[in-house]
Amino acid sequence: MGRMSKSPWLLHYDASSCNGCDIEVLDCLTPKYDIERFGIINTGDPFQADILLITGGVNSQTEPVVRQLYSQMPDPKVVVAVGICACTGGIFKECYNIKGGIDTVIPVDVYVPGCAARPESIIDGVVRALAILDEKRAVSKKAR
Amino acid sequence: MAKRSIVPFGPQHPVLPEPVHLDLVLEDETVVGAIPSIGYVHRGLEKLVEKKDFKQYVYIAERVCGICSCGHGMGYCEAVEQVMGLEVPRRAQYLRTIWMEMSRVHSHLLWLGLLADAMGFESLFMESWRLRERILDMFDATTGGRIIFSVNCVGGVLKDMDHALLKGISDTIDVMEKEFTPIMETFLKDYSVQSRLKGLGVLSREQALMLGAVGPMLRASGEGYDVRKLGYEAYNDLDVQPVVAFDGDAYARCEVRLREVRQSFRLIREAISKIPEGPISVPVKGNPSGEFFMRIEQPRGEAIYYVKGNGTKNLERFRLRTPTTSNIPPMVELLKGCQLGDVPLLILTIDPCISCTER
Repeated sequence: MGRMSKSPWLLHYDASSCNGCDIEVLDCLTPKYDIERFGIINTGDPFQADILLITGGVNSQTEPVVRQLYSQMPDPKVVVAVGICACTGGIFKECYNIKGGIDTVIPVDVYVPGCAARPESIIDGVVRALAILDEKRAVSKKAR
Repeated sequence: MAKRSIVPFGPQHPVLPEPVHLDLVLEDETVVGAIPSIGYVHRGLEKLVEKKDFKQYVYIAERVCGICSCGHGMGYCEAVEQVMGLEVPRRAQYLRTIWMEMSRVHSHLLWLGLLADAMGFESLFMESWRLRERILDMFDATTGGRIIFSVNCVGGVLKDMDHALLKGISDTIDVMEKEFTPIMETFLKDYSVQSRLKGLGVLSREQALMLGAVGPMLRASGEGYDVRKLGYEAYNDLDVQPVVAFDGDAYARCEVRLREVRQSFRLIREAISKIPEGPISVPVKGNPSGEFFMRIEQPRGEAIYYVKGNGTKNLERFRLRTPTTSNIPPMVELLKGCQLGDVPLLILTIDPCISCTER
């Protein structure tokens, strides 16, 4: 593991999810799952975040917010789509106000399916994101 | 007069997991007005009722919100059952009540944790959420899901609980009650909690009634109004007394929710001791035709479900009025005159559920 993947900072945003995945993301912080043991800290500040966790399908009002959050994060960054709505639109796919998965707006690196996604699978998704973060860092170092 | 300025709050804000946006009008540090704007979580679920079968729609109703999931499924099913004239077996009604009360405990503990986090009391947050895990484990054991467990169906419930499982639940409730006591005492007696919450955001009984507050928000202002008194599902067999506090401030709202957790523990135990044997669902024949208004008490307050069927498998209209919708006008009133630093805490005390509100 590289230097960054030892203590990545998370940013969580709810792009029109039903709350189910959001409280599971928060649940990862609490004593039973405790992702802080991997050095992961949940931050509210996009300028300091390495991993963006997004839940829910995107609608027209959250689309600019998602784009803005993504552009505010420093490189290298990884996007994790949590829950089936964030992956494809899921059960809300036929709604008139849903665009579909997060990948219709910003590039997604890791998909975590489930409704609601269980904390175990969210942690697994984040750990996979760490490897991708290291790869991206190596590539950007070479380019420099 | 001090210079006015507008400070945006949200949509992405650390205190809430959900996006809500407010424009706060400030005079120096004092808030003189708040303009809420919503729509960040609007998906258009009410319209989806025209595309899905009325039996399939239960799963969508449960995904209106992940925290109040069980209640939304139950309210929708109950409304459709009333339209179709279905007699739900007594055991199914008891099972629904048990899951509903467990949901209330889970929702209130979640809120208590978020409140502690907003106050900066990190260990209390962790403690509340640790206790909440026990409820989620029980959901997992009885239904297979942790948060959204889709156990309601039109005509009853999908899963039964055997004796061992019911015994296990009541044992866990006993353990939880013991573990809950120190948390409750910390919230009610701790000096720092008291100094943060007492006297903050006072809503008088008249104001609460005029602005249409519901649920713990209304009960904390001294009005003993609880829809469970209507006696839907198994509540007519159980002893439900509304939990009331009189101060109307943030501390009173916290106290009401703490005592409601206790009440739910008692109701679960009472329901388990009284649960009758029998079938858990009735077969559904035909399509709904007609309309019905159903009211149930969600953890956040009174929710109203309206369904209108036209004799086909798709309903014509489904309308849901969630508790947070009615609690937003009192929230805006509370914010007027408070300090900027208190805004996140005051927004939290109404227990906002944005994805319910916007659907």
